[in-house]
Amino acid sequence: MRQVWERLKTNRGREATAGYLFLSPWLIGFFVFGLYPMVMSLYYSLCRFDVLRVPQFIGLENYETLLTADPYFGISVWNTLVYTVLRVPFAITGSLLLAVLVNQSVRGVKWFRTAYFLPSIITGVVLSVIWLWLFNPSVGLVNEVLGWFGIAGPLWLQSPDWSKPALVLMGLWSIGGARMIVFLAALQGIPDHLYEAVEIDGGGAWAKFRHVTLPMLSPVIFLWTVLEVIFSFQVFTEAYVMTQGGPLNSTLFYNLYLYYKAFDDFEMGYASAMAWILLVITLVVTVIQFRLGKRWVHYEGGV
Amino acid sequence: MAARRPIGLKQALGYGALIAVALVLLLPFAWMVSTSLKGNEAIFAIPPVWIPETLRWDNYAEVFERMPFLLYLRNTTVITVFTIIGTVGSSAAVAYAFACLRWPGRDMLFLFVVATMMLPLQVIMIPLFVLFKEFGWLNTYKPLIVPAFLGGGAFNIFLMRQFFLTLPTELFDAARIDGASEWTIFWRIALPLARPALVTVALLTFMFAWNDFLGPLIYLSDQAKNTLALGLALFTGQHQTDWGVLMAASILMMVPVIALFFFFQRYFIKGFTMSGLKG
Repeated sequence: MRQVWERLKTNRGREATAGYLFLSPWLIGFFVFGLYPMVMSLYYSLCRFDVLRVPQFIGLENYETLLTADPYFGISVWNTLVYTVLRVPFAITGSLLLAVLVNQSVRGVKWFRTAYFLPSIITGVVLSVIWLWLFNPSVGLVNEVLGWFGIAGPLWLQSPDWSKPALVLMGLWSIGGARMIVFLAALQGIPDHLYEAVEIDGGGAWAKFRHVTLPMLSPVIFLWTVLEVIFSFQVFTEAYVMTQGGPLNSTLFYNLYLYYKAFDDFEMGYASAMAWILLVITLVVTVIQFRLGKRWVHYEGGV
Repeated sequence: MAARRPIGLKQALGYGALIAVALVLLLPFAWMVSTSLKGNEAIFAIPPVWIPETLRWDNYAEVFERMPFLLYLRNTTVITVFTIIGTVGSSAAVAYAFACLRWPGRDMLFLFVVATMMLPLQVIMIPLFVLFKEFGWLNTYKPLIVPAFLGGGAFNIFLMRQFFLTLPTELFDAARIDGASEWTIFWRIALPLARPALVTVALLTFMFAWNDFLGPLIYLSDQAKNTLALGLALFTGQHQTDWGVLMAASILMMVPVIALFFFFQRYFIKGFTMSGLKG
């Protein structure tokens, strides 16, 4: 006891005590609003639970129903998958192109960077309301602009075939500028001598891009691909405000269906099971991406 | 640089591309402003009118008549202000523990904090709702505000810690030798130096709280307690053809965001960049 006291009196001990004190808000928050809900969520997922009555344990029934007997579950998984597969490649290549564009050393380029970034500050409900209007099939801006080029635009949000591409398009507008900044910083971090080396070897613009830019950017591209996939799995507000899952369930995304189950039908146990399936899917997909990433991501100095 | 190739052409092409993309990205803003100043006749005119003959400012007045905009504004402001105070304060304190203090298990635990960023909200959303219901917090702002005071979110802790790590440790050690308490060092030395990081976290938190939809949607049921985001979504559901008023309301809700953006542009952009690069 005396020894402990001696230690506490030393600087190290005092610093450690202070460390735990400064940490304490997070510790409380983690236990009350993180760990406890997570454990309870797992428990609820094994129950029938409508909030009004106590949870009733039913084993794996929720999972069984979801995986074998609920057609909307499959639809929501499919919709989310299609949305992700459409969105991620476009988001990455699109914002990379923007970054290359604003990486030119011309006068006034800073103004363009600001202009490109501007849409990124519009999010959530406002974003949804604006695009609901832009996508109006007869008098909306999107079809108006397509009309300038002689293209008769689709019905967008009112068409089951075009509702997901519409949301992807909107997403690209709203995040392109923010991701652009990330890629721009990475582009500017590439040392000039690497490009000069390619020049000495007689390589042109393509060789520079292929052998310097791409490998040097690969860690950032990889990180944002992983994150973008996770974000895409979470799509919710747009669909809730703009389409309510329609038309013909074409935008019934995973989290929208989960929300409806939990807060419209009050099937909290069922929705909890959905949340855990999503968590497992997210983990599995992320692990797979890290495995695949090892093949193409170039880390300087190994790892 | 000797100009071997006609640089003029290359630059012209570069500018051409820059301008074309800028037009595409900014056109929606112009359309939004244009619609907000049009009556229904002009809104549904084919071909579209960009600048209507008479500007209909009434759309903006109607926003205040047709929904309790000021009440929603007040509610949103209250939630946002408290969320910012809680988030900035607690994430700075926790980050200070991770960056400037040495204690056993620190780096392991930090990795764990970072890992919690990956956790989807959906996994804890339902038990949180049940928990807040038992606390009697439903239909109050507590579920939206109180958690901010307890850690402020893994990402903000991360961002703040990265900044604290750039501060010279000699500064802290010197203060310790002079007998300053850790609280004094945190409050008097670390926080003032960390102002850029504090501003960045405050701005990101503002963006989150101001626009948050799922939280208010789940926890608030009394319409008098609605936030702007919730109110706007509700209004959209009820009056889907009043595009002039809807655009005016959207613009009004965006004004503070755009103002802050232009005022704190550097911090804003840095915040978005840091959110992925370092790690």
